[in-house]
Amino acid sequence: MTSDPNIEAVRSSSGPLSMRWTQGLSDAEIPLEIHDLTVAYHHKPVLYGVDLAIPPGKLIGVIGPNGAGKSTLIKSIMGLLPTDSGWVRLFGKPNKKNLGRVGYVPQRESVDWDFPVNVMDVVMMGRYGKLGLFRRPGKKDRSIAAACLEKVHMMPFADRQIANLSGGQQQRVFLARALAQESDLYLMDEPFAGVDAATESSIIDLLHTLRKEGKTILVVHHDLPTARNYFDMLILLNMRVVDFGPTKEVFTYEKLQKTYGGRLTILSEVADAVRQTKA
Amino acid sequence: MRALIPTWDWHTIFVAPWTTDFAIYGWIFLMGFLVCAACGLAGNYLILRRMALVGDAISHSVLPGLAIAFLAANAWRTGMAAEVNGMVDTGGQEPGMIHGFAMFTGAMVAGVVTTLMIEIIHKHTRIKQDAAIGITFSTLFALGVVLISVYADKVDLDADCVLHGEIAFVSIQPFFSLSGVEIAPASVVLMGLVAILTLGLIVVFYKELLVSSFDPGLASSMGIHAGFVHYALMCWLSVIVVSAFEAVGAILVIAMLILPGATASMLSTRFPVVLSLSLLHAAVSSILGLHLAIWLNSSTAGSMVVAGAGLFGLVWLFSPSQGLLRRWVWLRKNKRSALQAESLHPPYGC
Ligand SMILES: Nc1ncnc2c1ncn2[C@@H]1O[C@H](COP(=O)(O)OP(=O)(O)OP(=O)(O)O)[C@@H](O)[C@H]1O
Ligand SMILES: [Mg+2]
Repeated sequence: MTSDPNIEAVRSSSGPLSMRWTQGLSDAEIPLEIHDLTVAYHHKPVLYGVDLAIPPGKLIGVIGPNGAGKSTLIKSIMGLLPTDSGWVRLFGKPNKKNLGRVGYVPQRESVDWDFPVNVMDVVMMGRYGKLGLFRRPGKKDRSIAAACLEKVHMMPFADRQIANLSGGQQQRVFLARALAQESDLYLMDEPFAGVDAATESSIIDLLHTLRKEGKTILVVHHDLPTARNYFDMLILLNMRVVDFGPTKEVFTYEKLQKTYGGRLTILSEVADAVRQTKA
Repeated sequence: MRALIPTWDWHTIFVAPWTTDFAIYGWIFLMGFLVCAACGLAGNYLILRRMALVGDAISHSVLPGLAIAFLAANAWRTGMAAEVNGMVDTGGQEPGMIHGFAMFTGAMVAGVVTTLMIEIIHKHTRIKQDAAIGITFSTLFALGVVLISVYADKVDLDADCVLHGEIAFVSIQPFFSLSGVEIAPASVVLMGLVAILTLGLIVVFYKELLVSSFDPGLASSMGIHAGFVHYALMCWLSVIVVSAFEAVGAILVIAMLILPGATASMLSTRFPVVLSLSLLHAAVSSILGLHLAIWLNSSTAGSMVVAGAGLFGLVWLFSPSQGLLRRWVWLRKNKRSALQAESLHPPYGC
């Protein structure tokens, strides 16, 4: 792979923070690389100068307070928002050219659940990208979709209209849809919101299986105590990337304090959790 | 009292239209059905995307587009005629090819301008979308009204017709003929083409339309540009509206856009079934509407909308999954714990 001289220049000039975890990898091996990304709503920046380069085959958590720009980050990676500066590359190509390799699990509230489709229809939508224009889903697509539903234990609900599902079931349908995309990089916005403990742990098992297959998974997550156990690496985000690295290096009281801007009500719990790990 | 209810003659109302008077009513029914079908199919997407009001806006703002297109086409034709014959053709008698072409271009431009205006107002001010729609369509409609009244002699649009149209005119229209064979009244041919194309587009782009309506984020990750689909849909909607304009006008067309899909969506939760049911609604409401219009000797389009709304009401009452009747029966059965239980398990769905 020949690489763009501009990007090389950026690489050597930018600090060790952003590039530390992808050294020695070729462009096409880096699932996600973001440089100087700034995104604003109504001229108010929500993400500012974000630099990230993510190594393959890792389960990575994105944590930060409400309004930190986590969903905005995911949406910008998906090319859904106008950016003010910077670029996003997926497997060495500009994001819009390579979205076919990305599976996306949006926040559950982002779609209309009264839509007249059933569970199978939604999972089948995950196959549309592979089909391209004019082709209809065939037998193979149906069996892949069924297998994905099976993985999230939703096969018994295949014919159900999506409005008649619980929140956790809806979340699992989205997950099955992303699986049906057969992607190499998954972006998930709060897949555990409104999911019971049993489902949460079965989803985590599923994510671990995906990681074993060499996939990279980026998960926006809200619960700090579990974040420490779930993820290989963490991105601490609050408008900027506060830190990015292996969980045990990043999950410290000081860094979390910095990310959450001293909101102690949350942090007292986390502080306990951190202390417990040290003990 | 008797004077208020028109005479009921079974034969005139129900038999004659399909037998002796078929040459007239056949075309009227067909036109009504084609309008309802094209509108109903496209309307499903408006409902899914929660854009029913945008459909309303476009149906109104097509008017200035039409007026400007007519003026432009007239000017162009007059110029040509002047060059060729050295005399001025006042035009406007029969809408020729140029007028037809100008009409569709004007409508599509109007559709896109409306959509853009709504979005620009909505994005760049604090005004919410519903208010932005209100501003846009009333402004553009007013512009159309002004243009029509200023250039009344040059624009062949009747103010009444603009509002509620008249389907019955198809029966007195010149026929469209292909290599000497008369096929059908010109506007029936046009509407037929538009309806078939609408169905064709929906079949061909089923996946793209579905996924971009349900989850624009997912759609764009698949290389389906959700914004493009949005504008394409608005363009096509304008084409449908403008072809239906003479027949049903700016106000009734909204009912035809929304009623079939709304009725169908109470009967099924599978989108392909909903699409087929909205076609059925279009057929039934145009037949019932035709008979109603003959009986009451009234506006055909108006009667078809009334019939369509009647169907909507019936379905609302009797729908097996969401109907009022089923709810009522369910409540009766479970009288004791009904109130409490209903809040926990609504009686619809599985
Ligand atoms: N469509 C929008 N228009 C204007 N401002 C927005 C929009 N979407 C998000 N914002 C603002 O951008 C900021 C970041 O939003 P974002 O949704 O990315 O946060 P988040 O980290 O995902 O928060 P949460 O934990 O609540 O999901 C917030 O301050 C929010 O108010
Ligand atoms: Mg969010």
